[in-house]
Amino acid sequence: MQKIGVFVCWCGSNIAATVDVAAVAEALGKQPGVVYATDYQYMCSASGQNLIKDAIRDYGLTGVVICACSPRMHEATFRKTISSAGLNPYMLEIANIREQCSWIHKDREEATKKAITMGTAAIAKVQLNTPLTQMKSPVTKRALVIGGGIAGMQTALDIADAGFEVDIVEKKPTIGGKMAQLDKTFPTLDCSSCIVTPKMVDTAANEKITIFSYAEVENVTGFIGNFKATIKQKPRYVDAEKCTGCGLCTTKCPSKKSLNEFNMGLNTRTAIYIPFAQAVPLVATIDPDACIKLKTGKCGLCEKVCEAGAIDYAQKEELIEREYGAVVVATGYNQIKPVQYEEYLYNQSRDVVTSLEFERLMSASGPTAGHLQCPSTGKLPRHIVFIQCVGSRGTACREKPYCSKVCCMYTAKHAMLVKDHYPEVECTVFYIDVRTPGKNFDEFYRRAVEQYGVHYIKGMVGKVEQGDGCLKVQASDLLDNRQLHLEADMVVLAAAIEPDPSARKIGTMLTASMDTNDFFSEAHAKLRPVESPTAGVFLSGMCQGPKDIPETVSQASAAASKVIGVLSKDFLLSNPCIAHSDPTLCNGCSQCQNVCAYGAISYEDQMVVDKGVRETRRVAVVNEAICQGCGACTVTCPSGAMDLKGFASNQIMAEVDAICN
Amino acid sequence: MAIDREMILQISGVNPKLCMKCGKCSGTCPAYDGMEYHPHQFVSMVENANLEPLLASESLYTCLSCMACIQRCPRQVEPAKLIEAVRLAVIRQQGCDHLLPDELPALLDPELPQQAIVTAFRKYKK
Repeated sequence: MQKIGVFVCWCGSNIAATVDVAAVAEALGKQPGVVYATDYQYMCSASGQNLIKDAIRDYGLTGVVICACSPRMHEATFRKTISSAGLNPYMLEIANIREQCSWIHKDREEATKKAITMGTAAIAKVQLNTPLTQMKSPVTKRALVIGGGIAGMQTALDIADAGFEVDIVEKKPTIGGKMAQLDKTFPTLDCSSCIVTPKMVDTAANEKITIFSYAEVENVTGFIGNFKATIKQKPRYVDAEKCTGCGLCTTKCPSKKSLNEFNMGLNTRTAIYIPFAQAVPLVATIDPDACIKLKTGKCGLCEKVCEAGAIDYAQKEELIEREYGAVVVATGYNQIKPVQYEEYLYNQSRDVVTSLEFERLMSASGPTAGHLQCPSTGKLPRHIVFIQCVGSRGTACREKPYCSKVCCMYTAKHAMLVKDHYPEVECTVFYIDVRTPGKNFDEFYRRAVEQYGVHYIKGMVGKVEQGDGCLKVQASDLLDNRQLHLEADMVVLAAAIEPDPSARKIGTMLTASMDTNDFFSEAHAKLRPVESPTAGVFLSGMCQGPKDIPETVSQASAAASKVIGVLSKDFLLSNPCIAHSDPTLCNGCSQCQNVCAYGAISYEDQMVVDKGVRETRRVAVVNEAICQGCGACTVTCPSGAMDLKGFASNQIMAEVDAICN
Repeated sequence: MAIDREMILQISGVNPKLCMKCGKCSGTCPAYDGMEYHPHQFVSMVENANLEPLLASESLYTCLSCMACIQRCPRQVEPAKLIEAVRLAVIRQQGCDHLLPDELPALLDPELPQQAIVTAFRKYKK
């Protein structure tokens, strides 16, 4: 029989307002095995923790039950507390009488009764607790960063700065991401390329960083400190070591009709291409869907002109195996193609563009070399209409339910840039709300209105029609209570942003949870915003939710510091609450192996002594370093051989019995 | 029965609280210029139980029921259904001033010939 102490927390008024804590302590004090029971205002405070430590010493407690908040909140805190008083940290049970009781009930009497029941169950469980010891596992001192945009680069640079090796896996032929496509950045209007391309060069030059560009993560197994990844290096058909990036091949290639991805498909590129002049690595890549040589076997012009002899049509896909201690997801975002918005003519008129396309039209490295032109006529537009929240903030099936966060600011930026270069061009912005929370953000937007004379109209565009040499825009002006019929030469849609489609596959691979919009979920919305709930997986940038560049960079550095925290340890302590199999009960059915999501269970032949008979049997063995303690095997096992330490079947049954009595 | 907010919500099945006041319905509406109260105002006036002006307005009959606002509303508020519900409520109320058969005998003048009474019923039944 254990000597159990029960500690009931008030959590200020969080618990005490709904639950009669003194009555709970009194009732639980009468339970068998309980030698001490008390209540206290804040059990997690220093004095609350001292109360527990003193009681352990004074009453010689062997088990502790704390009736307080969720174990997700303070289990680790209280384990340390009892451990410092000499108890094994796993001799603790927490009854969650806050989230699961006081917060969800109104009736004080019923809530008190329920709290007592929950405490009784915890007492019944702790009776059967056994001391557990954490295992040590070594740490591979290298990090994997998936995605080479500004988030991935910043994370990699910060990790490398701390002296650890980092691999960046980028699926495109160059790193740089979306930021390399932007013209200017808000709210300072500084040139995006001028700040991101030096970062790209730094990343490539850093001897601790290895860039796998034009590559994808194919598979990840393992656990924190010991991940194994398979990286698929797609064939470039160009030897990246030999290629000098001179670009001669791109001038000779006869296949010129592929859409240029870097310019959002606004112009074309050749089949062998360098994405843009500052690409890193500055290496040509052959698009196998467009290359005449690869498709028909005839051509080979690029090979003939390449002085470095870098062209290699026989290049094959390569699989690279690497080991990592931590993984950072930095898969970024895409802007939706608003093809479902027929009312805005995106499909029908070339003069209706998304804001990312407009960004390329304004950029000096874009298809028009920075000269603003209507895509259909090549003439300077007289009037540009900007439409906000296209596809954001809606509940209909074509809409995203969230605010894309960056559109208000970049639209103000676009309008200002247009007015800056071409003061005669009229700019009209239709908005629902102007959301500018950020340092110098509202001032920036007000400058667009007050200094640049951008027309902001509260209302929404109902439809855009093709007029005679212009676009006819019909919209509401809610403040003036009238319907507007405007003529515009260009319409710019602030289309919603969404996570990159590769994110879902990577999330599944890493068993990292995602929300319904395919953004990665953080471990705690406030207190652990850059960690995935899966240990060793960290989040950087837009893959976790819409954010602007400064926020992305902050989060990238935060994720890096978390990674450094893991990699700087020589050993990690693992969770001892893991599965183990009783070889005398195991019937060798392999069902546990089939359900194990972590590949922790294998079968081997073992000498088993069962009822005095020695025989060799095929039995399940759990790899303690890989098991995450999810318990799937214990409920699957038909013979009851599989059990979970700390959550043993008899402990769970004791809890159920305590609740039923 | 007086027309109130709850009645309109019940007939229409619309929840005006979903509205984020973007005004796309009014930006879309082809009958906008003929209306005294516009689609977004319908939603807001019903939500605020400000029904009197709506009930008396010709705007009820200006709506073409083209459903463009329903099609394009990002938040699935369905303003046309709300307008239809107000219109229905007004039409239904037009029947509320009829007399019930039981109330008739007390009102009848015994001096009046039966035939005249029957003729009057036929004549004025609408």
